[in-house]
Amino acid sequence: MSIARTDQSVIGRWWWTVDRWTVLAIGVLCGFGGLLILAASPAVAERIGADSFYFVRHQMLIMPLALGIMFFISLQSPRTIRRVAMLGLALTVVLLCMTFVMGTEIKGARRWVSLGGLSIQPSEFVKPFFAIVCAWLFAQQKNPHVRIPGNAIAIGLYVLTVGLLLKQPDLGQAVVVSTIWFTQFYLAGLPIILVFGLGLAGAGGLVGAYFLLPHVTSRIDRFLDPQAGDTYQVTRSMEAFANGGLWGRGPGEGTVKEYLPDAHADFVFAVAGEELGLIICLVIVAVFAFIVLRGFARLFHENNLYVVLGGTGLLVQFGLQAVINMSSTLRMIPTKGMTLPFLSYGGSSLIALGLGMGMLLAFTRRRYGTGELV
Amino acid sequence: MRPVAPLEDDDNPCRPRHYKPTLAAPSDGDTRVNRSLELSRNRLMVTAGAFLLAFGIISLRLADVTLLKTPDPEVAHLGQPVVAKPAHFSRGDIVDRNGVVLATTLESSSLFANPRTIAEPAKLAKQLARILPGAKESDLYAKLASDKSFVWLQRRLTPAQEHQVNLLGVPGLDFQREERRIYPQGSLAAHVVGYSDLDGKGLAGIERSFDAALGQSTEPLKLSVDIRLQAILKEEIQKQIDAFTAVGGTGIIMDIKTGEVLSLISLPDFDPNDLNTVVPETIFNRATLGVYEMGSVFKIFNTALALENKTATLSKMYDISKPITIGRFTIHDDEPIHHAIPVAQIFAVSSNIGSVHMVQELSPEIQKDFLGRLGLLRPAQIEIPEIGSPQVPNPWREINSWTIAFGHGLSVSPVQLAVAASAVADGGILKPATLIKRPAGFQPPGQRVLSPRTAELMRELFRYDVTDGTGKKAEVPGYLVGAKTGTAEKIGAHGGYMHHGNLSSLISFFPMSDPQYMVYVIIDEPHGDRNNKAQASYGFTTGAWTAGPAVQRIIARMAPLLGLKPIEETPEIHRALTVDIPGMGPKVAAN
Repeated sequence: MSIARTDQSVIGRWWWTVDRWTVLAIGVLCGFGGLLILAASPAVAERIGADSFYFVRHQMLIMPLALGIMFFISLQSPRTIRRVAMLGLALTVVLLCMTFVMGTEIKGARRWVSLGGLSIQPSEFVKPFFAIVCAWLFAQQKNPHVRIPGNAIAIGLYVLTVGLLLKQPDLGQAVVVSTIWFTQFYLAGLPIILVFGLGLAGAGGLVGAYFLLPHVTSRIDRFLDPQAGDTYQVTRSMEAFANGGLWGRGPGEGTVKEYLPDAHADFVFAVAGEELGLIICLVIVAVFAFIVLRGFARLFHENNLYVVLGGTGLLVQFGLQAVINMSSTLRMIPTKGMTLPFLSYGGSSLIALGLGMGMLLAFTRRRYGTGELV
Repeated sequence: MRPVAPLEDDDNPCRPRHYKPTLAAPSDGDTRVNRSLELSRNRLMVTAGAFLLAFGIISLRLADVTLLKTPDPEVAHLGQPVVAKPAHFSRGDIVDRNGVVLATTLESSSLFANPRTIAEPAKLAKQLARILPGAKESDLYAKLASDKSFVWLQRRLTPAQEHQVNLLGVPGLDFQREERRIYPQGSLAAHVVGYSDLDGKGLAGIERSFDAALGQSTEPLKLSVDIRLQAILKEEIQKQIDAFTAVGGTGIIMDIKTGEVLSLISLPDFDPNDLNTVVPETIFNRATLGVYEMGSVFKIFNTALALENKTATLSKMYDISKPITIGRFTIHDDEPIHHAIPVAQIFAVSSNIGSVHMVQELSPEIQKDFLGRLGLLRPAQIEIPEIGSPQVPNPWREINSWTIAFGHGLSVSPVQLAVAASAVADGGILKPATLIKRPAGFQPPGQRVLSPRTAELMRELFRYDVTDGTGKKAEVPGYLVGAKTGTAEKIGAHGGYMHHGNLSSLISFFPMSDPQYMVYVIIDEPHGDRNNKAQASYGFTTGAWTAGPAVQRIIARMAPLLGLKPIEETPEIHRALTVDIPGMGPKVAAN
């Protein structure tokens, strides 16, 4: 692509101001995602009696859409994004409430709501919107020129959102939202005593979840003592990595997808381990780390607190999902339903990621002299 | 240049980084914003560090589970081409006492197919039917055209058939290597060796009782049996079964010094290589599993009991002229003798009345105790699982005691009787029988059941039965054979004795100067026919006439085979073996 530096078209300005390395890294992830969906999902589709390429077609339809959304959002100014996020958050909170009245129960949780023929998962969308809105609220608390009780509203918003997520129940998303919120609060200058206080409260919350939510109890019990119950998916997943070795068995040559119900979704990393091998898996980890750390580096030079906090929230969401997913697959933490960004199958997840990464790219664009306001 | 006013916070938050507003005094707001930005940058470093750490740990863990974990062997070959397990001939051979193979394991291939990958089932069925004569084309077609992904086509192909199938070059056909147990001697030792199933699991005989040992060891298991004696015993018994159109027969040859069973035959028999044709009658082991009322051979024990308890001597006279009546039963002799005869003659003519008179002088308890010590009241101890339990009367009343005296009312297996009678013949010491070869010079543990003196008298009686009694048919010149005959009336299907269904037997020992071997033959339900030359028995179906000639021929054939030289009957030997009864010439009736 050759775009002149002087090109003042929308595309031209985007190209010269956007973080092209991050765009490239996301492209690499999408490439691996496409490869893995081709390798893993036909076996899963055949097992559930669907057309072999059902998941492939679905994903290939969603992916350009998600990338298109990402591009479109990344064109927007931080201020527009704030407005979109506020609207989006209001909408997703309503949708979250709707899951309780008209949601479809899948695997013991009500996470899906059908909207105009589309089945969407509001908890995926709530994360980026929440991150932006909270970032703005925390930043407003520090703004000497406005008198908005940002922290108080952020706390209220947090309690509402996490409460709704736990009600579903979706502990994984609650953990992600909590971490986003906590990190932003921390960056926004939370006194160190309260940092420890909230950290302890979070740990206490997890312990509470263990005792109050039966499926969490069972997950953690099975993690701590594999003999206690069925650890089929994780065991198969570990076998897949061992079977893959350094160079893998080659794309499509794996066997774990024949056994794992979620081989195309939450356990796609195990398929990668078996078919692509250790080297490519390390490359995938490196790409995730690159996106997160490069994002942080860009934000480090940012002078607007709202942008810093918003970007951090989005990166924490993205990075944490990757960390939680890969750790579950590698049996480092109890199994947690969490998609691996851009690699796992899942329409809502992919669109929400497109939104989130679009916002991130918008935040990390160079804005000198463009007159764009936050 | 226009003086630069302090920037309002939201005036240009996206100002270039190189733009330093320090040209003017910073406002309060600026300081606060910068301070909070400074703090957030520091804390951003901490957050970034946490992520770096997390991704680093994940990378290490990845390397750990991928490379350092020893893969589960079951998983290790997931996705790898299936490697056929090397054939292992784990099950040990079974050989006879001279090392002749009785059971061995060979590799064989079984043909299976994945019908889903078979393109032309009709054509393939036709080709396979030509190669596999045992399979029908229509059956093969049905299997090959089915919707399954696995069907057996034929088990155990010959190497030539396997080669021909491979030459077809049809994908979707494959072989399963299998072990196959082969019994080279066929039916000859079938009841001893037993047989195993397709998976090599022992189901009967030595194959079953030594299943675990055979599965673990590749050393051959050496049996006590001699396949040559198996052949002789089988042939001679079969001859009598054929001549007398009997339902079956059984025989045992034993080395009574060591307790080794040199031969054990049960007829009709079966071929362990072909279990499809086997019926229960052929699998049934008459020698160890069958229990029968043995008839007059029990007089061996009755006589020994009376001699041992000194209630009788060889010359003590008993009046056998009158049948004994008890309740509705009458005990009589087949060939009545109307005067008193001595004990030796009661043995030799096999008098039931005399035997009852002898046991009447003893209590039933003494009799039961003695038979118990001889092992006749408990299942035989021998190394195959097919062991019949004796049918012991309970309570053991006087009437039982009387009938048991001549071998009725107590059912035992032939091997039990052989062991007990051998103890009587061989110095009064009971030795366990075995089917496993004993090392040379082995002294089996023995249990004294009779005094040496009684045993010596019994040896004279055995010999006397052959020289002057019912056992004449078993005589082989030069081998000093001693014997006792037995003819029991079998119990019919409706209870009560069958008058024309006999169990006719003869048990013999030789040489009586120092008994080495026991030969025991039983013919089950022989049918007499005066006009049948092969019977040469004038219609008699007693032990003497049916089993006797078989024993005679067996001894005559086996003695040279075992290297026994004929013994010249010196006067000393003759005197030692002769029953000494003053003033009596033995009078013999065939029984």
